[in-house]
Amino acid sequence: MSSTHVLARKRQSLGLKMLIWGFIGLWLIVAAFPFFWTLWGSFKMEADFFSKADWMNALTAPRTIAEHGRAFIGEAYNGAWVQEEFWRAVVNTALVCFFVVCTSLTIGTLGGYALSRSNYRYTFWLLITALIFRAMPPITLVAGYLLPFFEWNLWGHLATTVIVLVAINQPFTLWMLHSFFQKIPKELDESAKVDGCTQFQAFRHVIIPVMWPGVITTGLFSFLLAYNDFAVTSMLLSKENQTMVPKIASFLGTTQTEGNVMFAVSAVVSATAPLFILVLFFQRQIVSGLTQGAVKG
Amino acid sequence: MLLFIALPIVSVLVQSVHTPHEAVLIETENCDPFGCTKSTAIDQDATQALRDEEPLGRFVGLEIYFDRGHLAVKEVAETWAKAEGIGNFFVNLNNLPFYRSMAFTLTFTFSVTPLMLVFGLMIALGVNALHQRLKGVLIFFSLLPMIVSPLIGSLVLFWMIDSRGIIGSALQWIFNDPALSLKASTGLTWVMLIVYGVWHAAPFSFIVFYAGLQTLPQDTLESAQIDGASRWQQVRYVIVPHLMPLITFVALMQLMDNFRVFEPIVGFNSEAHATSLSWFIFNDLGGETRLLSSAATSSVLTIIGVSILLAPVLVRTWRDFNAKS
Repeated sequence: MSSTHVLARKRQSLGLKMLIWGFIGLWLIVAAFPFFWTLWGSFKMEADFFSKADWMNALTAPRTIAEHGRAFIGEAYNGAWVQEEFWRAVVNTALVCFFVVCTSLTIGTLGGYALSRSNYRYTFWLLITALIFRAMPPITLVAGYLLPFFEWNLWGHLATTVIVLVAINQPFTLWMLHSFFQKIPKELDESAKVDGCTQFQAFRHVIIPVMWPGVITTGLFSFLLAYNDFAVTSMLLSKENQTMVPKIASFLGTTQTEGNVMFAVSAVVSATAPLFILVLFFQRQIVSGLTQGAVKG
Repeated sequence: MLLFIALPIVSVLVQSVHTPHEAVLIETENCDPFGCTKSTAIDQDATQALRDEEPLGRFVGLEIYFDRGHLAVKEVAETWAKAEGIGNFFVNLNNLPFYRSMAFTLTFTFSVTPLMLVFGLMIALGVNALHQRLKGVLIFFSLLPMIVSPLIGSLVLFWMIDSRGIIGSALQWIFNDPALSLKASTGLTWVMLIVYGVWHAAPFSFIVFYAGLQTLPQDTLESAQIDGASRWQQVRYVIVPHLMPLITFVALMQLMDNFRVFEPIVGFNSEAHATSLSWFIFNDLGGETRLLSSAATSSVLTIIGVSILLAPVLVRTWRDFNAKS
């Protein structure tokens, strides 16, 4: 009797295994395939990637081969980067991201450290502001920023956008770093102070060397916020100062001429590539950041 | 920091009760031998002077809140009076832009959130049962839909769904209808956006639940197995209760995130069929005219919506905090 029982169990788990494999395989395709498809398509002509005749054209690319003699062409990239000056948007994005990350990390580490070492319990209010800011659609705040910015002639500059993004990001950064610093035992500062350090020296020589994991995680999330933002950058930046995401959106506005869609396709691929690399190297930190918020919140 | 949180909200509030000055009109009478004609012209200088003096515009109180573009009190009352039955009333209500975006935003929020929870849990359970080596790769690819900018993600899907793209063609083939286009009908557009929403959000719940599964007490699971619980019962009575705090957390986060849905609408180019509250504001702000006060009014209404959603969270956090101290 027991042998049949075991057998039944084994058979069931085999079926279950198939089910799990099938489902996970499906998810893998759903999650990753669109990106590879777009990457593949970005080297084709529009007539092939968006073929009216037959979807297989996107794979075999008859029109591309007929016109250019080879199956992979860089026309779309050339058009987007050189003709439409996408590189300018890339430079702007790099600048915005760099300054947003630096500023919010500087304020975040100093502020987070101070908050975690002070005796008054700011925690609750910090959490509340972080929550409210997470809940608030950034566009509602932009509506508030616009009029003063017009009045003071601040509109359209990269620096203004950096400040706004830092402000939107700051409660979250502070919250993350605060909870991170709380995990560093207070005894560490205290022993440093016993050895004759001032509070600042304790921070400089004792805390900074051990804080990097938390800072990197927080920095990653600030970077993602600045990189992915569309609402703020598209509203606050003038045309020549646009970052990548609004630039891509502007490609779509003028898609009437042949090949312009392909500019957007290649620009999308160019904008996704850095994120791809980022996930490749910092997967562990991103995952820990996501789950840390869950455990704490 | 407080400056940047409080000021824009105040600024939005102030703007929402003002409207741009009307142009100052001057009437001039031109008399010639055949009689006098009156002509009105805009006095540019006087208008400019007035605008410079009070850049906010004139104070109109709550007028904008109730006009046709927003709460449309008058129109709602009219439809209510004319409507035959509740269904008819809602159909007519849908013609008002604000209520239309509201309807979509709420539908989106309350369909994506449960779907992504279920989906994320299924992926997490599946991945957890897999071989150790594969997990890293799986997590890597799962992160992608979440980490890319929403606009980029929605564009990537949009191009595939396009009637000339791969999924669009596949659907046409499946349903044997060469004219099928997801972009053309309102219902299908909504479905498309919701599918995108789940695709974008499921990785988040997957990662969180997966982390939660690592701390699952094995002996509870084993004793359930000894007691003869089936797979489904194990999930239902052991795993889900263990993950419950995480599920509430993810659900709340997602409620907030989905309520501010915005980029997919731009990406999917679906303004004609589905608009969200955020898009509504964006539309007022952009373009030639920059209807600042109208946008500000919508913003205030959206903020009110957010606070209604957020209220239970705040109450809960407050209670937790008090319990701890």
